[in-house]
Amino acid sequence: MIPSLALISLMMLLLGAWLFRHTWGARPWEVQATGQLPSRQAPPEATPARVGLGVILAMVTSLFALTVSAYLMRLGMAGETPSLRLPGVLWANTLLLMTASVAWQCAWGAARCGQPGRLRRSLAWAGGLSLTFLAGQGLAWWQLTAGGITLQASPVGAYFYLLTLLHALHLLGGLVAWWRAWRRLGRGGDIASGVELAALYWHFLLLVWGVLFMLLLMT
Amino acid sequence: MGEPSREALLDEEMELVHPRTFLGKYIWSQDAKVIAIQYALTATAIGLVALVLSILIRLQLGFPGTFSLIDPSSYLQYVTMHGMIMVVYLLTAFLLGAFGNYLIPLMIGARDMAFPFLNMLSYWFYLASVLILVAGFFVPGGPTGGGWTLYPPQVISAGTPGAEGGIVLMLVSLIVFIAGFTMGGLNYVVTVLQARTRGMTLMRLPLTVWGIFMATVLALLAFPALLVAVLMLLSDLLLGSSFFMPAMLNLGEPSSHEGGSPLLYQHLFWFFGHPEVYIVALPAFGIVSDILACHARKNIFGYRMMVWALILIGVLSFVVWAHHMFVSGMSPYFGFLFATTTLIIAVPTAIKVYNWVLTLWRGNIRLTVPMLFAIGFLFTFVNGGLSGLFLGNVTVDVPLSDTYFVVGHFHMVMAVAPVLVIFAGLYHWYPKVTGRMFHQGLAKWHFWLTFLGTYVVYFPMHFMGFAGVPRRYYAYGESSFIPDSVITLNMVITLAALVVAAAQLLFLINMAWSLRRGERADPNPWGATTLEWQTPHTPPRHGNFGERLPVVYRWAYDYSVPGAPRDFLPQNQPPQAQGEEAPR
Ligand code: HEM
Ligand SMILES: [Cu+2]
Repeated sequence: MIPSLALISLMMLLLGAWLFRHTWGARPWEVQATGQLPSRQAPPEATPARVGLGVILAMVTSLFALTVSAYLMRLGMAGETPSLRLPGVLWANTLLLMTASVAWQCAWGAARCGQPGRLRRSLAWAGGLSLTFLAGQGLAWWQLTAGGITLQASPVGAYFYLLTLLHALHLLGGLVAWWRAWRRLGRGGDIASGVELAALYWHFLLLVWGVLFMLLLMT
Repeated sequence: MGEPSREALLDEEMELVHPRTFLGKYIWSQDAKVIAIQYALTATAIGLVALVLSILIRLQLGFPGTFSLIDPSSYLQYVTMHGMIMVVYLLTAFLLGAFGNYLIPLMIGARDMAFPFLNMLSYWFYLASVLILVAGFFVPGGPTGGGWTLYPPQVISAGTPGAEGGIVLMLVSLIVFIAGFTMGGLNYVVTVLQARTRGMTLMRLPLTVWGIFMATVLALLAFPALLVAVLMLLSDLLLGSSFFMPAMLNLGEPSSHEGGSPLLYQHLFWFFGHPEVYIVALPAFGIVSDILACHARKNIFGYRMMVWALILIGVLSFVVWAHHMFVSGMSPYFGFLFATTTLIIAVPTAIKVYNWVLTLWRGNIRLTVPMLFAIGFLFTFVNGGLSGLFLGNVTVDVPLSDTYFVVGHFHMVMAVAPVLVIFAGLYHWYPKVTGRMFHQGLAKWHFWLTFLGTYVVYFPMHFMGFAGVPRRYYAYGESSFIPDSVITLNMVITLAALVVAAAQLLFLINMAWSLRRGERADPNPWGATTLEWQTPHTPPRHGNFGERLPVVYRWAYDYSVPGAPRDFLPQNQPPQAQGEEAPR
């Protein structure tokens, strides 16, 4: 549980520090001085959608941290020693996800500078690469199962399926947003703010995958 | 879902969906107030189911073997479903779904939640999860009987009631609930952070909003633990993996599993489970603070301390989970560590209790119905908190674990206390929600029967725990260590439980009757300062505040200000020219 605790404490500390900065020294019992109009709250950059994404990422972080913790605890227990030979295709998949992230970054830049052609192309690449990544993960599953490391046969191997499945489901969720943005673009709608959020979400999932992959490699 | 900009949330331009049809207004509504009422009604309905289950449990315990309907399997199923429904589907849904939705936008001066569509979806997910849960009663084998903590290997092994199908429905229902809660929780957090009206600084928020906010943060970080645990359990059950299932003999047959760790499940479950108790407690703390201040006509004692205690409790609640596992064979050093953190968390909790008492001290106390319930909460919560300190010490806990002492502890602190707050809140805000006043006499009967009745029910359980009476047993048979007094006591408890259950009918009748027949209520019958009482219409219309959003000039606790014309100053009342605001 140490990694989860560390991450959750970190997130709670960040929240605590932020609250501290905004509340310390306040004298709640005092009335607004006469003639002074009360001010607005958060800065204008903090749109509800952006803050909402932050909240979702915090929750997803907690989910993966806990699953990883469970895995580490399982490894720490006696019993079958793990001998997971990871399929080589995972390296290719990692590369795919990285390029997908780059494509999203391009799309974000294009949306900011108003270049519809580049936006369209980058968006197509981002979606296509992500779908290929998912197909690649499926291939890895198939190879592993064919090699006898099935969900039923190997308690440690089962975590491979669990972790990759959770990651893939989150990516699928992102792809739904991608599909909606794509259709909206086709109808000539404005998707700039959505692309920004999606790009950040993809970078986050890339980071998560990086951590998961390293963890699986080391064990 | 279009993304609303900050400006739109703050100002008059926020586009609200204005449905015309009945369906659009009351069924597919995106108005947080209607969603709140939907949550409240659904939670009440499923809560009544759980109440009936508890009566069946008590009938068996008080009069063993008298009711042929209740056999050992169905007894365990009742206990399991009762616990899970009460904790997750009633308390969590009511305090966050109903109170959160109704009060957050109104109290912070917003027109609605930040993402109204998601908010609506959240309710429909909740309803679906409730229906899936209830479906468990109708599948072959019935609902699961593995205990509300759903410990493997028991809960998914053949021979346990509901292992055929009920358990699957329970797990799926939890997944749906968590998905729905996430959408709601996202809304509560973002709305509190983003949609506060002009002048509503963080330190001017009413404590109710603080409590709901912190509870939501906890829930968003803790529910994932339940989610993974449930997914892994489901996979063990349906796909034959061995996350939690060890190799074992079940009913004489070797199981097909090998290598899983049941202990791992306990860690995950309680990593969610302990924060969960504070997910329920923190909103209750907040609501009680506001009700006490309002009905004692005094500012809350130590507002800033109250806020920081909430935050501290939230943080600490993540590092105490293993106190539920003292008897799981953990290392004694580990036990020592968790006993320490458990006792530390009692400090901010005690601070809150002292501050509540000091708020009452020399207040102009009005013993209205909400106030009675709030004071009832103080007693009950202190009681349960003290028995928690007993259980937090490993050496004391080991003999008391899995006895009726634990049942007494958590019912005091987590069942009766929050339920009293829910009643306090319902009576307090009923005039605003419906525009009518409830019947005072009936409500007072409801309070006294509930408050005293629950003491008769739960207080003796502590002594039964000392006597070593184990929990979750269908019958004690001729066990020599169970004294006769326990048998008598069980009968008395059952009779008291019947009275308490019947008293809840008074509440339901009162709510229904007053809806049409109650006196028309004043817009602000209690003389409260918070924004929800200052709306131009009662009940508040769609959009909450009419033409212009209120502007906030002061905190929520300006009661009995010297020199002021009335004994309260609403948050949106501008400062007067000199004179009124004598330094305090
Ligand atoms: C000072 C504060 C508290 C302390 C020190 C404390 C301590 C404990 C301990 C050590 C146990 C485990 C007993 C056992 O299984 O042997 C326990 C059980 C429990 N506590 Fe508390 N507690 C506190 C407050 C609360 C609060 C505020 C709530 C709810 C709002 C709560 C709800 C529960 C529940 C539901 C259980 C039983 C779970 C089960 O086994 O089914 N406790 N408490
Ligand atoms: Cu606990």
